[in-house]
Amino acid sequence: MEVAQQDVLTAPEQQAAVELTGSAALLEALIVEGTETIFGYPGGAIMPIYDALYDYKEKLDHILVRHEQGGIHAGQGYARTSGKVGVVFATSGPGATNLVTGLADAQIDSTPLVCITGQVFAHLLGTDAFQETDVINITTPVTKWNYQITDANEIPEVIAKAFYIARSGRPGPVLIDITKNAQIQKFQFKGYTPCNHIRSYRPKPIIRPSFIERAAQVINEAKKPFILWGQGVLLGKAEQEFKAFVEKSGIPAAWTILGAGAIPTDHPQNVGMLGMHGNYGPNVLTNECDVLIAIGMRFDDRVTGRLDKYAKQAKVIHLDIDPAEIDKNVKTHVAVWGDCKETLPLLTQFVEAKQHTEWLAKFNEFTRQEEEQVINAELHPQTGEMTMGEVIDQLNGLTNGDAVIVTDVGQHQMVGCRYAKFNKTRSNVTSGGLGTMGFALPAAIGAKYGAKDRPVVAVIGDGGFQMTLQEMGTIMQTGIDVKILILNNQFLGMVRQWQELFNERRYSFVDIQSPDFVQVAKGYGIAGRSIKERADLKGALEEMLNSKGSFLLEVMVTKENNVFPMVPQGCSVSEIRLK
Amino acid sequence: MSDQNTLPEGKQEFNITVYTENQIGLLNRIAIIFTRRKINIDSLNTSPSEIESIHRFNIVINETEDVVRKLCRQIEKQVEVLKVYYHTNADVIWQEMALYKVPADIIAEKASVERLLRENGARAVVIRKDYIVFETTGHREETDNLISVLQPFGLIEFVRSARIAIIKDSEGFNRKLREFEQMEPGEDVIENEYLNQRDKVFTM
Ligand SMILES: Cc1ncc(C[n+]2csc(CCOP(=O)(O)OP(=O)(O)O)c2C)c(N)n1
Repeated sequence: MEVAQQDVLTAPEQQAAVELTGSAALLEALIVEGTETIFGYPGGAIMPIYDALYDYKEKLDHILVRHEQGGIHAGQGYARTSGKVGVVFATSGPGATNLVTGLADAQIDSTPLVCITGQVFAHLLGTDAFQETDVINITTPVTKWNYQITDANEIPEVIAKAFYIARSGRPGPVLIDITKNAQIQKFQFKGYTPCNHIRSYRPKPIIRPSFIERAAQVINEAKKPFILWGQGVLLGKAEQEFKAFVEKSGIPAAWTILGAGAIPTDHPQNVGMLGMHGNYGPNVLTNECDVLIAIGMRFDDRVTGRLDKYAKQAKVIHLDIDPAEIDKNVKTHVAVWGDCKETLPLLTQFVEAKQHTEWLAKFNEFTRQEEEQVINAELHPQTGEMTMGEVIDQLNGLTNGDAVIVTDVGQHQMVGCRYAKFNKTRSNVTSGGLGTMGFALPAAIGAKYGAKDRPVVAVIGDGGFQMTLQEMGTIMQTGIDVKILILNNQFLGMVRQWQELFNERRYSFVDIQSPDFVQVAKGYGIAGRSIKERADLKGALEEMLNSKGSFLLEVMVTKENNVFPMVPQGCSVSEIRLK
Repeated sequence: MSDQNTLPEGKQEFNITVYTENQIGLLNRIAIIFTRRKINIDSLNTSPSEIESIHRFNIVINETEDVVRKLCRQIEKQVEVLKVYYHTNADVIWQEMALYKVPADIIAEKASVERLLRENGARAVVIRKDYIVFETTGHREETDNLISVLQPFGLIEFVRSARIAIIKDSEGFNRKLREFEQMEPGEDVIENEYLNQRDKVFTM
């Protein structure tokens, strides 16, 4: 362990040591790190920590979830809306393995988490003791860092390191496994020193000014430059810097789903969403621009489609904090390594103030075509059953783009991300990289804790809701205010769409039955309503939003509706289909 | 999408040198970077480096430079990894060591041991009544060669070590390490009220 001594917060030698158990030391550490809310589930191997928690009720709010997967998704939702580190507790064995999906999700979406798992006594490690699982090895591929503590003396330093690693550089999940003996063990606690330096760890690369100047030169010479931005802008808390760059350069900008909201949806230079179900213009014009400026995004295959036909005509400028992202998928012409909070202002300084009016108009022309052929029918159908799009459109009208929208995975996610309006940053919470069904309900609970004064609406499919609906129990017990909007198409819709388009409508096991969701919610003490008629939509949404506390609204939507546009698997982005 | 990717050309042996903290579990973290991409590790050696507490991995794989560069960046991303270098065989001096166990009686009866050793640059490590153990050090062809020479004499056991390699054009890691230790600690890493109130750090 290496901690830079010059920044010692409470110089240990000045502080009288106190005898503490490992568990109490852990909780002290969490408090210093600014933790307010912990999502967790107890068990034998983490009992000493829970026992200590009893004395910390005033300082640390613990939310008892109904499943550890719910706990970690809640931690993710919390981190995503608050910009802080989510903290999750679980016991050994099954408790810890239930975290794996959430860890993988947080890892791929760069979400800062510190997960604490209990472990059997150190002397039992490796003996197949009751509820012993090799948590460190299981979680290695899905954590930014993990570590097993077997001695209480390690706790302050390791926890400090855990928080530093989770939140710095490209954020990510960290798991600390603590054996039971270390939780119980008493030791001399000499105060807590937050970590801000690890010898072998470079959270951000050194900025190289010559590359920024080179990037600016390429941008200034461009006729049709195009900005693609991702979550890096939000993670770097660089929304202002980003906006300044966009506005001075006059360049059209499109977003990946995790980048949504960094600038408002209605910003005149915001030309829409990238990727498989993104907007028509940004996809087609990716293959027409002459300079592509990628900011804090990682060229995921859902964004690029077929790589060998992706933006081959363009010079690519890539701004990223993670050097491993440069050239990983798309060859870069100029790489700007660094934290975009620092690199963007430097770049803005060198780019010429311009307005790419004609080029921007081209995007708008594509938008017009998309509206005509897809959007109008999706958002404003006059007859027939309701569409997912019109539900989101009505929701926009009522929330003014101020709500946090948490989506699950499937068609409703794509519709939600395409059509939800965001005026504020950190408003779009979704499982982007892993595409985890069951994410939305628990993530929405966490999101509400992370953004207590904002309305939080979870938009969920009938399939995904049934994966973690037991978290309504968490809502019941905590009284947290989460609006649940189920878009029920009575199918595993997204899979059905693929079967329709690519498997000759062979609807293999996508016909899913659901319980009476309103009744189930009622069982959990959550008010609810189910509607089928368009005439009821606005009123029902108002009822949901205005209700005190949680509310479940089920909207029955068209069974076989498809999300378009779509870049079919194996096609290039310019082959995006409008129908 | 693998069908669309052009087949990688120009694979060759690369020597990857990784400087790390000495930490449990790190070997696993590094190994899975290869297994995840279904890349076979031809040889892996880990040892202390010239600097106390810093370990050095030597990893040999057969891949294109493009793949190797990406792998190295992924390895360097690991928290406990200080630095990663990669080199072709031409850029390093490398050795592998091999041991051969042969029945003593046959060797004594049929061969001139002395000539055998001289011709193959080997030496006898152990000479017992029942068997003899030879050792050679060198490149793969050299150590392989002695196998075929000894096979007719009833080679009982053969083992070869992982490759170790010294980078020709390197000044070692000492200076680099000082750079690592001096790197300014990050600022603004923690946003929380307690940090401005030193005495509040103890909450009890
Ligand atoms: C945990 C998990 N299992 C399976 C999938 C594969 N999958 C992706 S979308 C989808 C259908 C989702 O159906 P539903 O929740 O009803 O939403 P809809 O697409 O109908 O909006 C499935 C099964 C997944 N993403 N996650």
